[in-house]
Amino acid sequence: MAEITMTQALNLAIDEAMAEDDGVFCLGEDVAAKQGGGVFKITSGLSEKYGENRIRATPISETAIIGAAVGAALAGQRPIAEIMLMNFVGVCMDQIVNHAAKLRFMSGGQTPCPIVIRTTTGVGVGFGGQHSDMLEAWFAHVAGIHVVTPSNAADARGLMRSAIDANDPVIFIENILCYGLTSEDPGPGYRVPLGKAAVAKEGTDISLITYGRTVLDALEVAGDLEKEGVSVEVIDLRTIAPYDEETVLASVRKTGRAITLHEAVRPFGTGAEIAANIQEKCWDSLKGPVRRIGGTFSAVPFATHLEQAWIPQKSDLAEQIKASVGKA
Amino acid sequence: MAEINRDKLLDVYTRTMKVNRTDEKFRELLMQGKVAVMYYCVRGQELVSAAAMAALEDDDYVVCTYRGQGEQTAKGIPIEKWWGECLGKATGTCKGKGGTMHITDPDTGIMVTTGVVGSGIPIANGLAMASQNNGDGKVTLVSFGDGAANIGGFHEAMNMAQLYKLPVVFLCQNNRYGEHTAYADHTDSVDIHSRAAGYGMKGIKVDGNDVNAVYPAMEEAVAHARSGKGPVLVEAMCYRMMGHFFGSDFSYMPPEHLAEMAAEDPLPKLRKVMLERQFTEAELDAIVAGIDADIDAAVQHALDAPLPDTDEIYKDVLEETA
Repeated sequence: MAEITMTQALNLAIDEAMAEDDGVFCLGEDVAAKQGGGVFKITSGLSEKYGENRIRATPISETAIIGAAVGAALAGQRPIAEIMLMNFVGVCMDQIVNHAAKLRFMSGGQTPCPIVIRTTTGVGVGFGGQHSDMLEAWFAHVAGIHVVTPSNAADARGLMRSAIDANDPVIFIENILCYGLTSEDPGPGYRVPLGKAAVAKEGTDISLITYGRTVLDALEVAGDLEKEGVSVEVIDLRTIAPYDEETVLASVRKTGRAITLHEAVRPFGTGAEIAANIQEKCWDSLKGPVRRIGGTFSAVPFATHLEQAWIPQKSDLAEQIKASVGKA
Repeated sequence: MAEINRDKLLDVYTRTMKVNRTDEKFRELLMQGKVAVMYYCVRGQELVSAAAMAALEDDDYVVCTYRGQGEQTAKGIPIEKWWGECLGKATGTCKGKGGTMHITDPDTGIMVTTGVVGSGIPIANGLAMASQNNGDGKVTLVSFGDGAANIGGFHEAMNMAQLYKLPVVFLCQNNRYGEHTAYADHTDSVDIHSRAAGYGMKGIKVDGNDVNAVYPAMEEAVAHARSGKGPVLVEAMCYRMMGHFFGSDFSYMPPEHLAEMAAEDPLPKLRKVMLERQFTEAELDAIVAGIDADIDAAVQHALDAPLPDTDEIYKDVLEETA
């Protein structure tokens, strides 16, 4: 089978969902052909195929975009709303947190809100402090939302189909640096279930729990350490919230050690929640404290060397793993 | 302007009195201490809600606010379920999990009641967008106060609705207060409907205390939206005759303003119109008596109803927990 990029994978998943269900539609800034099919081309070619009602290019109005998605979902449609860059969720948090996430519960189950909120971000592109943040923890802290992020093209295709199928809001985080990654195309109809982690690499000495772009760093470091006799199990959560506790805990019970890694800043990050949960539930299996690695606790800087220093370092990851397994 | 059809006038009257009698009963229960919940009184705004709901079809969508009792009861929400929800009972529209600020009843088109000022406005666009996408011919009406006109989402939603010519009626009930702040202290422009022109949208200003003005205006707005010509911003001038919520201080409302409100009270005015149109005192009283009897039965049903099971806190979070 042919290889596809993550960009193509997302486009194919949305295309086939729209072909199967007239209720699926996209809205967001610059998403139609007139504007070039989206700044990252995810919706390229779709307005030509489905018309401008189903690929709605919107004004720069994040609150109106998410509000419209919520309303359309209540009326039985399946909107895919694009928030161009993740930092812009700050503009529309009320619609996401107070409405999309809570309407199922507050209505006693009468008004589920099946929307996908696609958004992109990533450190390492030189976009500076307001276009780079991973803000998944903001949403993981809210009941009633799935938070998803793919680390490879095949998962992107399968997770996007499952996100569109889901009967609840899904925050779907894409990383700019991952759009060009290629996978073997898993083909039409492929789905990766929400809430299921992948064991990206099996290992026996330590469980490294991560997601998104840092899965690539994790696999690289794990490969290097293998040569030094350290066997790292890499878990790609794929769904950050609610996450696959079963897979994580089973891995830690096997290895006895754990480290979390994310690009988002470390304090109060998802790694803290996962580490706390591991310590509560796997205490008897643990051979040492659960470690956490995350981005520097400052705004993402602009200058290239500063930005690169800000990102969780692979060297630090390798050192912490070795320290954890007693090979430092 | 043509006279309102007599049957329609009776319909508006009946809905108005449903709203008013519900409001009176709620305040009575709160005063007696039989109920202790947040309640946002609608005294003074009954007619606006009733006229708006009477102008809609049964399956049209409505989005309202915490001060939404008028829209909810006038649209025809089953009142046993409505009272059940307000009292936090398992028999409520939302199983007691939404409460007075989050009444939801899709069967009667009450799609969202938001507790956040202005947040329903962008959501109304989405309901209307679905109707535009699937051609079901429905209109969405969203009600909000003058205070909500200063939230960013108002502006975003107005622009977007006009851009797409969405079938929405934006009903601003200008009750002269945004929470505890008088209109002149939160807005310098003389009115809100004129903002519609800034979006290229149709705007209407109407006296919300006069049935002969407000009902035809609502009918015109709904017809315009349904025709595909685009949204309308209706500003219905009315008064919030009580504080922001039941029991809240309203010493900030000056006595001369309270006197002005009393003179403009929509209920005596409506009754006068009904009598002019040859309805009898006895007919009108019988309608109110029937409404009161229904409300008394619904309140008793709600008072006697069971509380929600405690494990409801884990349910309806995600589909998996439904």
